[in-house]
Amino acid sequence: MKSLEEREEVIELETDPYVLNIGPHHPSTHGVFRMRVLFDGEVAVDVEPMLGYLHRGIEKLAETRTYTQAIPLTDRLDYLASMTNNVAYCMTAEKLAGIKVPERAEYIRVILSELMRVSSHIMALGFLMNDLGSLFTPLFYAAREREKLLDLFEMVSGQRLLYNYMRIGGVSQDVPERFVKKAQQFVDEFPGYLDEIDNLLTENEVFRMRAEGVGALSAEDAINYSCSGPVLRACGVNRDIRRDDPYSIYDRFDFDVVTGENGDVYDRYRVRLEEIRQSVRIVKQALRDLPGGEVQTKHAHFLRPPVGEAFSRIEAPKGELGFYLVSDNSIAPYRFHVRPPTLLNLSPLRDMIVGWKLADAILILGSIDIVLGEIDR
Amino acid sequence: MTVDLRVQDIAQQIGERFPGAIEEASADSMVVKGEFIPSVGQFLKDTPRLDFDYLNCLVGTDYSDYIEVVYILESYKHNHRLVLKARAYDRDNPTLPSVVGLWRGADFQEREVYDLLGVTFAGHPNLKRIFLWEGFEGYPLRRDYL
Repeated sequence: MKSLEEREEVIELETDPYVLNIGPHHPSTHGVFRMRVLFDGEVAVDVEPMLGYLHRGIEKLAETRTYTQAIPLTDRLDYLASMTNNVAYCMTAEKLAGIKVPERAEYIRVILSELMRVSSHIMALGFLMNDLGSLFTPLFYAAREREKLLDLFEMVSGQRLLYNYMRIGGVSQDVPERFVKKAQQFVDEFPGYLDEIDNLLTENEVFRMRAEGVGALSAEDAINYSCSGPVLRACGVNRDIRRDDPYSIYDRFDFDVVTGENGDVYDRYRVRLEEIRQSVRIVKQALRDLPGGEVQTKHAHFLRPPVGEAFSRIEAPKGELGFYLVSDNSIAPYRFHVRPPTLLNLSPLRDMIVGWKLADAILILGSIDIVLGEIDR
Repeated sequence: MTVDLRVQDIAQQIGERFPGAIEEASADSMVVKGEFIPSVGQFLKDTPRLDFDYLNCLVGTDYSDYIEVVYILESYKHNHRLVLKARAYDRDNPTLPSVVGLWRGADFQEREVYDLLGVTFAGHPNLKRIFLWEGFEGYPLRRDYL
């Protein structure tokens, strides 16, 4: 009888490389994303992302709307984090028109942005586990927590997904009285539920074996590829717009910037998990200091910003979300451009996936946390 | 706080090093002649004092007379920012050199500008439409499209 080594030599197979289309309609592509992957056996040797299946021409549409009418369009970018899209757009329009935001509105914006980050990250973790093959249990744990957040968002805006809540110069209406109590209750209880998810997954042997070292990206590459957000910080780059280029009132809050070391799937998971805790910390402080007063600055109904251009960005849940607006002193933006974090986080996809197997490719894509509404626009 | 560098100082340095490269320099941005973009980019990236290692945003705008591409550059090390612009005047065949060799983050963004505004980036390794399909006629974000 032959030994195992000898037998392997005998049955060594010749394989032809073949192209596999993953997506656009596939649960693991998080929307309508398609990758053409060239496989040799089970190992990926080349990857090409194919985009555009959700292209609705939002930038073009915004040029035919007034500055206020463009706000609902921004909801439809990253639809898992509509609040932060609203904030980023309104901030840029305010910069362009020179409008100040009242103190109370700034606090409301911070509270809702951070709750949005919790909601977005927790779903990212849930979906990542789904991609890993741990079907539904972690995702339902995540969805259970997100449900409470959606209730809070519904309380302030009347909507559960596309909020259209922020306005240029503030927010559309003050938060109801019970919101503060409910939000306080959420941030008090939530860390306990987060520990539950933490205990279930972080030290899980199977998860660690699948995720550690997979899809690693070096810090230099991440910067060169214009990555941002958790994907960048997982590589060990200590960069957070909230701290390094503070906007709104973020300089008043105490929080840590979480970084990883290896830039692999596991580090991206850990960075997101820890960022949730930091967000809860910020919300607690903001709720404590929430002042009274107006929530919107009065300005002309049809805003006509002076001729010029403005770019501003925020630290959205998925990375650096920027808006670039050009005004020609008419009621509609002359140019409306979105700098989408996930499109740029997707650019090193080839470097991350090549050399890994099909199942790992799915996991790596999941760890970037893409939303096609924002990539395709 | 990310500091906006004084454009006048940088423009002077670039003007000395690459005569004729600066087309226009205002308070918050400078326009560089298209053909100088890669060399100016290399200078901004490699000079230790400037060290612009991060291309934050690359966006094109159609101003009817010309198509302008804006490069928002940042340095992670020094936490400062510079806005660079280049203009393509030939509407029928607007061309600018690609900066993918310097910042690979420009890859998708240049493809986007090519797709929606029709600017050809010479030297781009894979310049084809990114959102619209091959064979789509016209460039939607141009002002004369509809």
